[in-house]
Amino acid sequence: MDVVIRTEQLTKVYPGDIRAVDQLDLEVEAGEIFGLLGPNGAGKTTTAGMLTTRVIPTGGKAYVDGVDVVAHPTRAKQVIGVVPQTNTLDRSLDVFENLYFHGRFFGMTARTAKAEAHRLLDQFRLADRARVPVLALSGGMAQRLMVARAIMHRPAILFLDEPTAGLDPQSRIALWEILGELHRDGQTILLTTHYMEEADQLCDRLAIIDHGTLLASDTPSALKQSIGIDAMVTVTAEGDTELLAEALRAGVTEASKVEPADGVVRLWTARTEGILPRVIDVAEAAGFTVTDLSATATTLETVFIALTGKDLRE
Amino acid sequence: MTTTAPARATPPTRAELVPARSPRAAASVAFLALLLRDLVVLRKNWKEFIPRTLLQPLLLVFVFAYVFPKIGQGVGGGAGAAGFSTALVAGVVGLAIIFQGIQSVALPMVQEFGYTREIEDRVLAPMPVSLVALEKVTAGALFGAVSAILVFPIAKFVPATPVHLDIHWLVLLTLTPLCCFMCGALGLAFGTRFEPRTVPMLFGIIVLPLTMLGCIYYPWQSLHTVPWLQKLILVNPLVYMCEGFRAALTAGPHMSLWAVYPAVIGFSALFIAVGLAGFRKRVLA
Repeated sequence: MDVVIRTEQLTKVYPGDIRAVDQLDLEVEAGEIFGLLGPNGAGKTTTAGMLTTRVIPTGGKAYVDGVDVVAHPTRAKQVIGVVPQTNTLDRSLDVFENLYFHGRFFGMTARTAKAEAHRLLDQFRLADRARVPVLALSGGMAQRLMVARAIMHRPAILFLDEPTAGLDPQSRIALWEILGELHRDGQTILLTTHYMEEADQLCDRLAIIDHGTLLASDTPSALKQSIGIDAMVTVTAEGDTELLAEALRAGVTEASKVEPADGVVRLWTARTEGILPRVIDVAEAAGFTVTDLSATATTLETVFIALTGKDLRE
Repeated sequence: MTTTAPARATPPTRAELVPARSPRAAASVAFLALLLRDLVVLRKNWKEFIPRTLLQPLLLVFVFAYVFPKIGQGVGGGAGAAGFSTALVAGVVGLAIIFQGIQSVALPMVQEFGYTREIEDRVLAPMPVSLVALEKVTAGALFGAVSAILVFPIAKFVPATPVHLDIHWLVLLTLTPLCCFMCGALGLAFGTRFEPRTVPMLFGIIVLPLTMLGCIYYPWQSLHTVPWLQKLILVNPLVYMCEGFRAALTAGPHMSLWAVYPAVIGFSALFIAVGLAGFRKRVLA
């Protein structure tokens, strides 16, 4: 497969020695949906910004479709499409004109831009809104229009920065379907997200990022397998969680790791059968009253917690 | 033959939509398309553009050159009322152009950087970032030229006392584009340096002295009786525009063109440098 995005030791240090992205190495293959997953402030948006020529790296290299984005930003802009986090639709123009002029900016003739704008409005179910001012669109429709605009010039790579943040659940699912269709048509997509379900459902491969560094990069299922556990048990109890963790470590031998965190104790285990009653027995024998207990099959969140020791949802 | 359900039409490929172009060619196509977009927006908003452009000069000329002579209120000192009306023509044209720079370049840009972030998409058009900024300057210059043409009849026909025009075409046709460009550049410089919060300050502290002390109402030379003011206002770019238009449109006294042209070009270069640096700073991290 062709590699269409490559970064080598990509680094961005903002004034004040803030390392937003630190020596990041990534490779994305043609036709993939690739996700950058991480909490807010992890460096995802900065990474996407560097790949889309908006943020100038302070070190390393970044290539899109073989083009060095720092040395040849105009050439790079010809081959990328971007859906930013905020609504950047042209408020002076209506829905149709937003697409039409985007086509013209990218060098389409008036006739081609017009035809393609109408075709996209049909495809994205916005045809009945063609002459509506963009401010009259709902959040979901505005988002669809931004995706339509971003792919209008057939970019080699489509970038989406937190595409479903702030969307209602229905619009989110509609957007996932659109991205799925584009993916089937062979579109390479890079998206940043802090929603694990989104990353898990949509992405062929993921890079988990925190504090600007790459923690792991693989397919969602390989990432889940990589931590060697099936489930994470979370125990909530009154009292000192350090002491409870110590008791559980000694008493629940099938747990591969036991850690106290934020008023709870987490146990990782490869074998889930019978573990919950044992956890309660051990905790109560140590003098704790368990107020809540849950076991979750390994998700990307578990992977993230195992990698960083902290919760992705903040 | 059997018929099947129609499959989803294959979307056209990039090659079918966009001819392959070098970055330089792509950038010039994008520049023209951005300009076209601005003109379309102007056409859509002409109902706002016309009053916004005409009202201020109209009121200015009406009060100073129509009402004042009618009520016997003298304006214009020794030059007399007719001299004042003639001097005012140039000032009003200059004022119309500089206001376009602020209204059609600076204010929208302040909004785009401050709230709407629309500019972020235009910055992703296949062209260098500085060319996106220069397109805004060009559009502002075109709007300035349109408003100068719209305002001219007002300055000529509204005054109650005769206006004596003596048009020097060579000066007019070279100075107008230069002044329009300078005001577009001034709009870029202001637009990238002010925030929505500080716009009232832009008007209160910069635009007001710029216009009141910009030789709109009086020729620069007549200030010789207040020498410190005559020297002080040389930092005001509007002075050179109004004096240049006085040279282009009237036979009255005006500053030497040897000072006007270099000053307009110099201020243009300064505003472009400040504006481009500001623009890059705002759109690139």
